[in-house]
Amino acid sequence: MEGIWTKLALRLWAVLLLLFLFFPILLIFFYAFNTSNIESWPIPGLTLKWFSSTWNDREVRQALLLSLKAGLTATVLALVLGSCAAFAIHRMTFFGRDVVSLLFILPLALPGIITGMALNAFFSFNGVTLSIWTIVVGHTTFCIVVVYNNVLARLRRTQGSLIEAAMDLGANGFQTFRDITLPLISTAVVAGGMLAFALSFDEVIVTTFTAGAQNTLPLWIFGAIRLGQRLPEVNVVVSFVILVTVIPVVIAARLTGGGGVAKVQAR
Amino acid sequence: MRGAVRIQALLWRVPWLRAWLLLTPPLAWFVLVYLAALVLLLVTAFWTIDTFTTQIVQVWNLDNFRTIFTEPAYRRIIGRTVTMAVLVTVTDALLAFPFAYYMARVASRRTQTLLFAAVLLPLWASYLARVYAWILILNHDGVLNWSLQSIGLPPANIGYTNVAMWVVFSYIWLPFMIIPVYAAMERVPESLLEAAADLGARRWRAVRDVVLPLALPGIAAGSIFTFSLTLGDFITPILVGGAGSSFIGNVVYSSVGIANNVPFAAALAMIPVAIMAVYLLGAKRLGAFEAL
Repeated sequence: MEGIWTKLALRLWAVLLLLFLFFPILLIFFYAFNTSNIESWPIPGLTLKWFSSTWNDREVRQALLLSLKAGLTATVLALVLGSCAAFAIHRMTFFGRDVVSLLFILPLALPGIITGMALNAFFSFNGVTLSIWTIVVGHTTFCIVVVYNNVLARLRRTQGSLIEAAMDLGANGFQTFRDITLPLISTAVVAGGMLAFALSFDEVIVTTFTAGAQNTLPLWIFGAIRLGQRLPEVNVVVSFVILVTVIPVVIAARLTGGGGVAKVQAR
Repeated sequence: MRGAVRIQALLWRVPWLRAWLLLTPPLAWFVLVYLAALVLLLVTAFWTIDTFTTQIVQVWNLDNFRTIFTEPAYRRIIGRTVTMAVLVTVTDALLAFPFAYYMARVASRRTQTLLFAAVLLPLWASYLARVYAWILILNHDGVLNWSLQSIGLPPANIGYTNVAMWVVFSYIWLPFMIIPVYAAMERVPESLLEAAADLGARRWRAVRDVVLPLALPGIAAGSIFTFSLTLGDFITPILVGGAGSSFIGNVVYSSVGIANNVPFAAALAMIPVAIMAVYLLGAKRLGAFEAL
């Protein structure tokens, strides 16, 4: 329908916008190989030396370890709680169902700073010392939604008659769950877990309010950029974080056909 | 064994019992931790701290809100934050509209899927990484100044300014605008445009009078994200902003971290929440929630 020139202009706009979206991300990978420790353009040459120095940095390792521990724990908790919530909400009409649904979405709808501050005030009010566990509580709270959304979307697309058929054929509740329900929802659960981990691994706002003296990887990056210190290592760590957050999302998108990924909003 | 079977049968026959058993753990988590924390935050906003001991004094008063509304410094900061949120939202809407139009109405089905993935991917690539990338681009010896100088233009030198913040915010939240606008535009049937053409409307007129109004709920939906995310951010102002770049979030952050004045921070944090509540009411009227 559009004229040839309009089409061309629109295509040009699309290409420029894609460049705008991807150029900064690709640039970081480039800087990770920078021979100089000064972040100026053009970079003088390529080297691998920052990769080994980052790997051997004790602070980075500790931060990575904490991020992995907190992320995995939060993911497991979110998987259990989010799946429970999805099963309960699915096809159950009870009073206040919409309110409960809204409650689960709240941590993503409210600005991260509110969630972070509220939890911070809550912990200090109750005399809880900030530690890895307070980080886990914060992360779990906003990761539950991701699992909940994915599992609920899958449950809505599966037929209840399959479960009734299994029951009619004499399967007990456990057998039905193991042989029918679980295979049907497994990819959605895995996808939810992947997204939850990606969300947790990169989270910085809620974490600044819930972490004690220890750094997660994003907190380490934030501190280093703010002070302008060890930027060559920041390049390497940041490239790594991009990969760790993007790869699970790509897998999750494949498992759910893309729907689950689009629905999630980061804060 | 018989007991287990009986319990299962009971759970199957009484669905609400099963639902509540399943719902209790996640609901307990949300009510006992999250909701409790939010309520506490709301209540704290009406308390004060003892300026000598920095202990919280649990006496109800409106001192925090009075300070916020009477001190010109806070009004400036709130004004700056809201202005930036509006600017970023408008910028993203302008950038997203032609792109979403291309995706929905010109590109082939295959290209559409690819573009959709290409828009989603940066959204998930670490937030900090994307902010950091712009520090590399905008700093004095960065890509931007180098490129300008190599084509004979003077350097832009916008690193660590409000302009830098505007660029970075517009960049980070852009996918949040593109996706709902695209979704809204994809739903516009081609027949409507044909009808407009039959009635003598030129293509541009049809875009303005048919596509734009129908895409408006999508723009409103996208603006909820771009607006609220900018409003609540404090990381980007710290990392790419300059001396006079404090946002509401920065004052909240330093009130908790440095001044240890949680009641004041809580009161200040109510400002973006209140603004968002008003904004959401407006967006709802534009049909944003149907487009989400």
